[in-house]
This record gives sequence, C-alpha cells and structure tokens, in this order.
Amino acid sequence: MNQLFATFAWLLDPAHYAGPDAIQVRVGEQVEYTLLTLLLASIIALPAGLAIGHTGRGRTLGVQIPAVLRALPTLGLVILLALMVGLGLLAPLIALVILAIPPILAGAYSGLESVDRETVDAARALGMTGWQVLWKVEIPLSLSLITGGLRSAALQAVATWTIAAILPLGGLGRYIFDALPVQDYPKMLAGSMLVIALALVTDALFALLQKVVTPPGVRAGRASLVRAKTTHSHARAALFRHASFIRNER
Amino acid sequence: MIEFRSVTKQFPDGTTAVDNVSLVFPSRKTTVLVGSSGSGKTTMLRMINRMVDPTSGSIEIDGERVSTLDPVKLRRSIGYVMQNSGLLPHRTVVDNIATVPVLRGIKKKEARQRSLRLMDTVGLERALAERYPGQLSGGQQQRVGVARGLAADPNILLMDEPFGAVDPIVRAELQTELVRLQRELDKTIVFVTHDIDEAFLIGDQIVIFRPGGIVAQIGSPADILANPVDAFVASFVGVDRGKRSLHLEGTPETPVVVDSEGRVAGVLAAGSNPLLIAEAVPQPGAGAPAQGAAT
Ligand SMILES: Nc1ncnc2c1ncn2[C@@H]1O[C@H](COP(=O)(O)OP(=O)(O)OP(=O)(O)O)[C@@H](O)[C@H]1O
Ligand SMILES: [Mg+2]
Repeated sequence: MNQLFATFAWLLDPAHYAGPDAIQVRVGEQVEYTLLTLLLASIIALPAGLAIGHTGRGRTLGVQIPAVLRALPTLGLVILLALMVGLGLLAPLIALVILAIPPILAGAYSGLESVDRETVDAARALGMTGWQVLWKVEIPLSLSLITGGLRSAALQAVATWTIAAILPLGGLGRYIFDALPVQDYPKMLAGSMLVIALALVTDALFALLQKVVTPPGVRAGRASLVRAKTTHSHARAALFRHASFIRNER
Repeated sequence: MIEFRSVTKQFPDGTTAVDNVSLVFPSRKTTVLVGSSGSGKTTMLRMINRMVDPTSGSIEIDGERVSTLDPVKLRRSIGYVMQNSGLLPHRTVVDNIATVPVLRGIKKKEARQRSLRLMDTVGLERALAERYPGQLSGGQQQRVGVARGLAADPNILLMDEPFGAVDPIVRAELQTELVRLQRELDKTIVFVTHDIDEAFLIGDQIVIFRPGGIVAQIGSPADILANPVDAFVASFVGVDRGKRSLHLEGTPETPVVVDSEGRVAGVLAAGSNPLLIAEAVPQPGAGAPAQGAAT
C-alpha cells in the first residue's frame, strides 16, 4: 500500500515533469520509436501481406517466416544486434521491426482472405482490373483486419521499446533501469505503470481507428466478433510479455 | 449474335463442365439455358465474358473471337447479373448500380443520376438508393443486380439464375417484369435457370442441358414442348406439368397448349408426343403447388 502511495506521489511530483528526464519527454521518446517501428514494419509487411492475400501465392512463406521471426527472443536479438552494429537506435529498431512484422503481415493477408470470394469474383466480372479489385474491394473490406494487425504490432512495439533504455536511448525504460541499482521501487513501479498506461491508450486508439475504417455497409458483420477476440488476446500477450520481461530483469 | 463453335471446358480437376457445344445466340432474343444443377450453365455464361476460358473451341461475338479481346474491356461491355446478386457490400445501392459506368469513365454524378432512373426501371423505390446491400431483402438485391447489369446499356446481358433467391410470388413478378423490360430494351439476353417454367416464360430460344454439359435440345418453347427429342427432355419438360396445369385451347385442327395463367406454351404439332396431351388435358386450371422445385 505504501509502495503504491509512493508511486502515485512520484507520478504527481512536478519535479518529474521538467528537464530531460521529464515524464512527457520519456513518453514522447517511446511514442516516437514506436511510430518509427510501425512505419518501417508496415513498409515491409503491408505490401507483402497484400500481395499474398490478393494472389493467394506465397502463403506458406507468409506463414512460416513470421513464425520464425516470432520465435526470436527480442532481448537477445537486441543485444546481438548491438554487438554487431553498436549502441544506438539501429539495433533495437531492427529487432522491434522484426517483432512488428508478423502481426502486420498476418493482418494484411488474412484480411484479404476474409473477403468473400464471391464478392471478389463479382468485382472481376464487372470489369475491374486486378489493381481495382485490390484497392476498391479487397482493401476497403479488410481494412478493419489490416488495422487489427497494426494494432497488435503497435502494442508489442510500445511495450517492448522499454528495453531501449539499456542502450541508452531514453524512453520509459529509463526510469526502470535507473531505479534498479538504487532499489527505488516507487520510480520503478511508476515507469511500469506508465508503460502499461501507454499501451492501453495505444490499444484504445487503434480500436477506435478500426471502427472508423470499417465501411458502413459491413459494420456489425460477423467478422467483428473474431476481430475483437484476437486483438484482445494480442493485447494481453503484449502486456504479459512486458511484465515478464521486467520480472526477468530483476 | 454470339456463336459457340465446338466449345469444351474441362477444369483442371478433370470435371468436364461443357462438352462440345455448338450454339448460336441470336441478337435481340432471349436464349435460356436450362438444366439441372451442375450441368454447366454458369460455365457457359462465364465463357462469354471470359471469366472462364474454354479448353477448346471458339466463341465469337458478332464475328469477333472473344479470346482476342481484352477481358477487362469485354466484361465492361457485357451486363452480368450474378447467381447470388454479387453486390459489393461496402457500396450503397446507387453506387453498386453505377459501378460499371464509373469504371468506363462516366462522371460519378452523371452515373448516379442514371442509376436512379434504372432503379425506377427495375421497380425499386428511390428511397433505397443510399442503403447498403445488407439492408435489402433478397428480392430487392436481385433487382439491384438487374439494374447494375443494365447500367452500362450493354448489348448483351448475361443473367445467372437472377431470380433464384426469392419466393415464388416475387419471382413471378420479376419474371413478368423482365419480359416487359425486354420488349423495351431489345437486348441479347442469355438467361440461366433450372426452372423449366421460367425458361418457357422468358425464352425465345431454349437450350436444354443434360448432366455433363451436353446439349440435349435447342429450340423454341413450342418446338421443345411439342417435339422433345428424347425421354430425358420429355421428362425434364414434363417434370412439373401439374404446376403449369397445361390445357388445350384453339380449334381441333390447331390445338394450342396454354397454361393456367393463359400463357401460350406452344402449338401441338401433328404426331407429337401423345403422352404429353394425355397428361396435360385432365388438369385444366388446377391449383398450382407453387413450391415444387424444378430439379
Ligand atoms: N472453378 C471450377 N473448378 C472445378 N470445377 C468447376 C469449377 N466451376 C465449376 N465446376 C464444375 O463444373 C460443373 C458445372 O458447373 P456450373 O457452375 O457451370 O453448373 P451450373 O449448371 O451453373 O449449376 P447450378 O445450377 O448449380 O448453378 C460442375 O460439376 C462444377 O462442379
Ligand atoms: Mg450456376
């Protein structure tokens, strides 16, 4: 109870909202790294996923490569990459992009696969070209699932970027790693809570985005149930990952 | 005019969907392809707009081989009403109807205006224009499908069981409306059904398929009714004679076969199948067991 009180006191302390170590600065860094990760991962995974979903080709690779990527331990990868390319942004960025690719890829191709074959066939029969089918039919109808993939990628990235602090890059992990050696538990807890809060906000924003991008004609379709279930389990997985990571550090 | 010359379609899995069909679809006439499920009717249609390419043989539209035409352009020039309406779920009724004109480069506003007029043509209230397909009844969706097929004012209209998903009453209504429409529009229509009654009502020319994509008989409704080439056609044509409750009218010299609604189904030729007469005569105006499926 005392610890919790001290944590809130830490969070409310005006001194923690000034200077280079200010909470808003650290949150900003975490968000910035996350956005950069999403951008790079999307540039790679979205076209690949859309290509797989549209053509139906390369699906085996599209499933296996992400499965391998997912199995890589992120922290190990960061350290390995840091040894190879040195300290700084590059090593964790590569590791986090690798982490973010599988959900984006899966969201894109499973999104396109979820589009009714008959609808796609109808679009072709009306005289749409392959590109027109993709842009005017397949993508609009699967935008919600595509965004769902981005949502789980964002969640994992925002939670996992906490490790950037060891490199030393700032971000919310700074509080945790700074507090560890001096056993400043309120600060450590505050850092964790900020990460969790940021993850929840990210999740909520993407949930909203998913609603917005769902075409009105297909809202309240059966797909929404599946969608809600998968992204929530992704969210839980990401938070759990983060929690266990902190446990391991201690 | 559409002409099939020894057209065969075999799918990669070995199924022969259409077997050596030679056939002419006359311009400005309605040809109905009829046959039981899986007899290759949809495949026939889809070979006309190159959604399926034949394994062998050739298909010509007004003397041009379709295999030499660009599939996208070809499809935009042919109206296609799909088996399950095939509407785009994320587009409103009016935008669904306007799809092909917009693809062909007509201004969106103009295309929507035209769509609204087409809604009148097919008997849809304009109030439905901004609804999504998911908010329509099956019958309304079918009408939207027909309107969309007509939207680019194509010379050729392919209709694949366009009235399959509606109840018998709405179905009868849609059928009579199509007959009325065709009188105005004068298109070359290829219409697929497995309901022989529908075929006789709508078709100028009927093509009866046997299982395996083989043509059993081609002819006018009267021809086929009067002179079925074999037992298969006779039984196919006679399957639900009770529903149509055929009876004879006219003079004894030229007996005319008429159904319960007074539609002329054919003229009895000399030497035609006496079984047909024997069974058709005793049920004048019998109540129609409307649910009877044709196959
Ligand atoms: N893409 C395909 N691959 C393999 N076989 C196919 C394919 N499309 C159709 N077939 C087969 O070809 C045959 C004819 O199919 P088609 O769809 O033309 O029948 P149909 O007469 O339209 O039937 P229905 O009245 O049920 O719509 C069937 O045996 C069907 O299983
Ligand atoms: Mg069919």
